[in-house]
Amino acid sequence: MQETQYVKGKFVALEGDRVVAEVMRQINPDVVAAYPITPQTEVVQTFSEFVADGRVDTEFIAVESEHAAMSACIGASAAGARALTATCGAGLALMWEMLWCASGLRCPIAMAVVNRSLSAPLNILTDQTDMMGARDTGWIQIYAENHQEVYDNAIQAVRIAEHPDVVLPVMHGLAGFVLGHTLGRVEMLPDEVVKEFVGSYKPRYSLLDIEHPTTFGAYDHWDYFFEHKRQQWEGMNCALKVIAEVGEEYGKLTGRHYGLVEPYMLEDAEVAIVIIGSAAGAVRVAADQMRAQGVKAGMLKIRCFRPFPPSAVAGALKDKKAIAVMDRSSCFGAEGNPVFIEVCSSLFQRGIRAKVVDYTYGLGGRDTVPGEFCQVYRDLLQVVQTGVAEPVFRYLGLRDF
Amino acid sequence: MADQTIEIRWHGRGGQGTVTASKLLAEAAMEEGKYFQGMPDYGAERMGAPIRAYTRISSTPIKPYCQVTEPDVAVVLDATLLDIVDVTEGLKQEGMLLVNSATSPDQVRSQTGYKGKVYTIDATSIAIEALGRNIPNVPMLGSLAKVTGMVSKESLIHELRTRLGATMKQEIVEANVLAFERGYDGTKAT
Amino acid sequence: MAQKGWKEISLAGLVADPGNSVAYETGTWRAFRPVIDFDKCTHCMFCWIYCPDGTIMVEDSKVLGVDLKHCKGCGICATECPRKAIIMVEEAKAQRG
Repeated sequence: MQETQYVKGKFVALEGDRVVAEVMRQINPDVVAAYPITPQTEVVQTFSEFVADGRVDTEFIAVESEHAAMSACIGASAAGARALTATCGAGLALMWEMLWCASGLRCPIAMAVVNRSLSAPLNILTDQTDMMGARDTGWIQIYAENHQEVYDNAIQAVRIAEHPDVVLPVMHGLAGFVLGHTLGRVEMLPDEVVKEFVGSYKPRYSLLDIEHPTTFGAYDHWDYFFEHKRQQWEGMNCALKVIAEVGEEYGKLTGRHYGLVEPYMLEDAEVAIVIIGSAAGAVRVAADQMRAQGVKAGMLKIRCFRPFPPSAVAGALKDKKAIAVMDRSSCFGAEGNPVFIEVCSSLFQRGIRAKVVDYTYGLGGRDTVPGEFCQVYRDLLQVVQTGVAEPVFRYLGLRDF
Repeated sequence: MADQTIEIRWHGRGGQGTVTASKLLAEAAMEEGKYFQGMPDYGAERMGAPIRAYTRISSTPIKPYCQVTEPDVAVVLDATLLDIVDVTEGLKQEGMLLVNSATSPDQVRSQTGYKGKVYTIDATSIAIEALGRNIPNVPMLGSLAKVTGMVSKESLIHELRTRLGATMKQEIVEANVLAFERGYDGTKAT
Repeated sequence: MAQKGWKEISLAGLVADPGNSVAYETGTWRAFRPVIDFDKCTHCMFCWIYCPDGTIMVEDSKVLGVDLKHCKGCGICATECPRKAIIMVEEAKAQRG
């Protein structure tokens, strides 16, 4: 394909939080209800400046909490508005009750989550505890690795959410500080291209459509509640296809193609690391270094965690001799952390008995460098050599004494 | 050059403009069509507390988003940090150490034991003279541009005028440009 | 009423056909039914205002009777009637006549 057929963007230097705010400006949504919280603050702060400066037509609702922020977004969405918001960590936790209402009412809200750990002990730095904790709330979840993906995901999130076969809210994660506060290079599309790509929101039902009065949120008894949950499953199932389609369409526009997962040096790899989010870059460097030493090392980055893409994951990993799943959250007392459980289930259901180990890493902002991922690859070589995966549950970068 | 990525680790104290400098440099690199990261290492964000920041500049897309642990360049905005922070930790032997100090590079070398190139610049005096305050980040940027050559003087001055000009008065912006030029010209090498 | 499957029902339980509560005949819940003594009734409309289910049938500002398909027999009308013109009669007895 010729590069010239792609829309030319403008290169800018922006912190990840500002990237999110710029996309919100380009989308020019009807309503943004948000509450500032570190490290998401700059999203709300920057966007509220756009509102104050008249650069968007958005009704900005300054709320008293994240519970109220999500409630206001749900109300706006039910009224037929395109509603966006952003939060992180404790803010997402406070939204908990309303997250279920947003998905259950099929409100296609898009929300940036600037991933932050959950206290206690008090911590404001990045890991994926917040979004992993919300993985069963019925929201679609995609994660960004770098600044460009923050930008591209924020645009695609709206299209995915509002697709008539999906109609579910989407949260798109970006690592707090590591992406949120770091200055990075982003190719921004012209405003009109973004507006055209996301299109205008055409709700099937709207509280403000007085010609067609509709009741939202009526009581649902045991005789129908279950069926409505089944509908949500359907939306999630369709989302797998829609996320890939939107990613492909975006790729045709920009040259940046997106799917459910992204392999790196994986085709002929014998040992593989599975990871989500901003640490994937360090894994790429580690894979390069191991390859230079003759080790067939590869990586599978999972972009879309909800819905989880089991076929794509199992297909990519089926012939690997040993696999390390990296989890940046902790599922205390479970038989493995969230990503590990999903990966193992995907393999098991397809009859693949691979050697898989689970590494918890990077909690509370603990940095992980390529050298540490090289050690993971060496650990995997050991697993291959000995045929022993135990201990299955491991820690990377922990002072284990 | 085979490897056209330069990794810089900044050491300063809260309030000295360390993070701003790390980002100004990154943005100037964009002007030259390069890839970059300007990354603060958030810890205790208090005036006077030792802080770190990182800048990566590359001719190709930058993969890692982790901290810089083996920098090509270590920049120290406050010489008193030499006593309390290991500023040469992981610093490549073929790299360089640039310190805001009125002393000579040899003195810094003996203080740190670093074997690579050492440069000093009296950025504090320049800042106080040009800006009336001890904000040594801009003269340090000038010095860094000179000793590394990785981003041109012109790009950085353009960046200063654009970035600082957005919020500051013209005379303060020009005082910063002057401080930058003095930093660029006044660096002492071993 | 035959229960529908998940493919047949509205998304998220939204009710998009307004006024469909008419189809739900709550009159079957009733243990006592209101009976209006039109000799006492002054058509003051208190029962019409208070009825939580809108079952008081009115035409030309005159009370005509009670919509027994939907009256749940709560008795609020009887309690509120200033003339005591409404009495609650046991449903089984009322049906026997």
